[in-house]
Amino acid sequence: MSSSSSRSWGIRYDSRYTAPLLITAILLGGHLSFGILESYKAILIAIGVSMITELALSRLIRGQWPHLASAYISGISVGILIRTPLYWPFAVASFLTIASKYVLRYRGRHIWNPSNFGICAMLFLAPHVVAPLSVQWGNNLWPMLVIWILGAAIIARFRRFHICATYVAGFFLFAFVRTWFTGDSFLAEIAPITGPMYQLFVLFMITDPKTTVSSKSGQMVVAFVIAFVEMLFRLGEVVHAPFYALFVVGPIALLIEIVRKDRAVRAEAVVAESAA
Amino acid sequence: MSKTVARASLSIVFVALLAFLGVDRYLSATETKAAEGLPKEAALERYGFFLEEVSREIGIDFHHQAPVLDSKLDHIMPQVASMGAAVSIVDFDRDGWQDIYVTTSKTGEANALYRNLGDGRFEDVAPELGLADVNRSGTGVSMGGVWGDFNNDGYEDLFLYKWGSLELFRNDGGKGFTRVTEGSGLPAWSNVTAGIWLDYDRDGNLDLFFGSYYPEDLDLWHLEHTRIMPESFEYARNGGRKYMLKGHGDGTFTDVTEELGLLDQRKWMMAVSAADLRGTGYPDLFIANDYGTDDVYFNENGERFVDAGEATGVGFAPKSGMNVAFGDITNEGRYSVYVTNISEPGVLVQGNNLWVPEPGSSPTLRYRNMASTFKVDMGGWSYAAQFGDLNNDGFVDLFMTNGYVSADRKSSYWYDFSKVAGGNRAIISDARNWPAMNGRSLSGYQAKRLWLNTGQYRFQQVAQAVGVHETYDGRAIAFADLWNRGTLDIVVAHQRGPLLVYRNTTAEDRNWIAFDLEGSESNRSAIGAQVELHWAGNRQLQHVSGGSGYCSQNQRPLHFGLGEHTHVEKAVIRWPSGRTQVLDSPAVGTVHHILEPSERESEPV
Repeated sequence: MSSSSSRSWGIRYDSRYTAPLLITAILLGGHLSFGILESYKAILIAIGVSMITELALSRLIRGQWPHLASAYISGISVGILIRTPLYWPFAVASFLTIASKYVLRYRGRHIWNPSNFGICAMLFLAPHVVAPLSVQWGNNLWPMLVIWILGAAIIARFRRFHICATYVAGFFLFAFVRTWFTGDSFLAEIAPITGPMYQLFVLFMITDPKTTVSSKSGQMVVAFVIAFVEMLFRLGEVVHAPFYALFVVGPIALLIEIVRKDRAVRAEAVVAESAA
Repeated sequence: MSKTVARASLSIVFVALLAFLGVDRYLSATETKAAEGLPKEAALERYGFFLEEVSREIGIDFHHQAPVLDSKLDHIMPQVASMGAAVSIVDFDRDGWQDIYVTTSKTGEANALYRNLGDGRFEDVAPELGLADVNRSGTGVSMGGVWGDFNNDGYEDLFLYKWGSLELFRNDGGKGFTRVTEGSGLPAWSNVTAGIWLDYDRDGNLDLFFGSYYPEDLDLWHLEHTRIMPESFEYARNGGRKYMLKGHGDGTFTDVTEELGLLDQRKWMMAVSAADLRGTGYPDLFIANDYGTDDVYFNENGERFVDAGEATGVGFAPKSGMNVAFGDITNEGRYSVYVTNISEPGVLVQGNNLWVPEPGSSPTLRYRNMASTFKVDMGGWSYAAQFGDLNNDGFVDLFMTNGYVSADRKSSYWYDFSKVAGGNRAIISDARNWPAMNGRSLSGYQAKRLWLNTGQYRFQQVAQAVGVHETYDGRAIAFADLWNRGTLDIVVAHQRGPLLVYRNTTAEDRNWIAFDLEGSESNRSAIGAQVELHWAGNRQLQHVSGGSGYCSQNQRPLHFGLGEHTHVEKAVIRWPSGRTQVLDSPAVGTVHHILEPSERESEPV
């Protein structure tokens, strides 16, 4: 999300703190009302490892101290979205999440959404000890609506609401399509999106500015394609369908954009050379 | 370090970590598959015991039948009708041989009471004694039975809990049973999945505690609607109520649930057991709830129960609790509590709970979940588990059974299950919204676990190595020395499956001692009595239970393994009446029949 700051009554507010504050509010609200965290220790491990890894790698590889808002969000995402009675998976997932930004790069950009990569790696490689957050926070409608409305309002401020809206619309459309194949009720097919995992996935993961394409229309197309690929995974009865859909679609979309931009730049250069 | 070197090093670490996870996954899968059985002699030498499944050989041929509920639930019947296979041990005729009572859950099918003939074989005597035909149409079906001498006549009576009409049977001198439900004070109808005997107020008369899983007013055979499912997979409060019935010693009971403070929640209670957890002399309650947190209720002098779930640390992380078993796993004279949950790789990894009391925390009592530390965390879709010293080495071991619905081996219902389980209450609570199972399995064909206590703060899984290979959908487990040989044998009831009996053979150099207690001022079953055994620097605590595990009840006598030790320093018996009795240097290798002494004979407390 774009970085900006505002000053009022002599206090400078860095807008990069908005997303961390929102996700912290969701975390605290969820835990204080329904005790969503198995332990504070697990979430602190996830956040701590995430921020320390970011500090260390940024210093070592980029030679600069990083802003930690992004690492903080990644740590909380990992801490909430994976479930395990053990502690080490939180540390490993957080490390993989941050490290992926420094290792999996193409033309100067990291191409996987970091927390999506870390979570998918754990779900695929360590399913015997890790599962995703898959249950409801109290199954109460009002907290869910508050989070969706509040989250949507903040995301709208960052001009990324269209991504969430497109994905949600796509999810509902493809849920309806799935009923033709599965024979299950529409309510059964939309049940997952009423859970907290999707709140985090839609509000924070697919909107990550560093791993989404740059044009508004492109972002909407990608969000729609994610929902479509998720449908394919769901028809194949893949439990982690949304994570895997983003894992597949996100990097491909970025690579396409990078290649297209490169070609455009090269073409411009050729035109300029010809003109010269 | 140059940036290039740093990036290269990071890449190597990154790839190595991913590779490590992959190798760990492979090894984990290989370990499960490679769990082969050892020859008997090798198992005896390595682990000190060996198990053989002998049910057919000893005359037991019992197959549980699942309930068939209202047709509105047909599409998910296997998961809704997933309970009812229970087993309890009793010496109903006081002949010194442990007998087996087992339930089935289909209308018209018969429960069985396997009388131990003493010659190695068993015979079903339930029809002639009046305990078979208890699943008649319109009366609901059996979920479990627990034994307690409610009239203190020396013979164990039966409380049969059901989804339907609950039943009380008086034991007539071991010669037959009389149904005494009418006028007893039991509720006319409830959907009970867990029940125990206890003497909560220590008045010498046994009381009953049980809980309705589904709401108690629901007739599962004649549903008016389909909104019967839990409203949440983790925070459901739309289950049934609890009941505490105070016994008067004459077969009548008074509902004291509300006045004791036990009527405040409607969690989906799956299992309960009682023990004096704080050394107050009064039995506390530990409850495992499906779709929610575990509960602890402290008994305040038999006058009320105080919700101590959060105060003890167990009331925070909601899981799918299915079992409550107490065991002194470290020989320090205190109980840890084992609660089973659900673990399905990659889908739902709750891990089981081993609640270990923090040192010095009694009587306030604080628990820490140390299942991972002790290596007893990962099961499957776990049901019953029991503690008992299976190899007589002086440390209690843990046997656990797994498996929910074993149907088509090639197709799983897990995707659809997880799809709906995370939904909003309006979706999840209505059975109509649940996709049809269509013959698919749900955590089916799962192996059992037998965790051997190494005595060094961890357990070792040896089930398959010592002869346990069956993968039916296990529900209840009971331990008993079925052939009076000084070893604990294992009886396992399976949903839609057979009753299995594992005959245990222990290494010859292992010694043991057992205590069969009979109350006089205390309830005659001695439920709630504790024995603390002191030998060779060990101090192990056990108690007589009115039901533990999941729909299970172990034998009444308390069995202690001693390892190679041949001398016991003393056994300290604390009777429910408050009396303390000390047995100095009791002989090993025998069952001591102990009658509660008079006040004059007992030691000062």
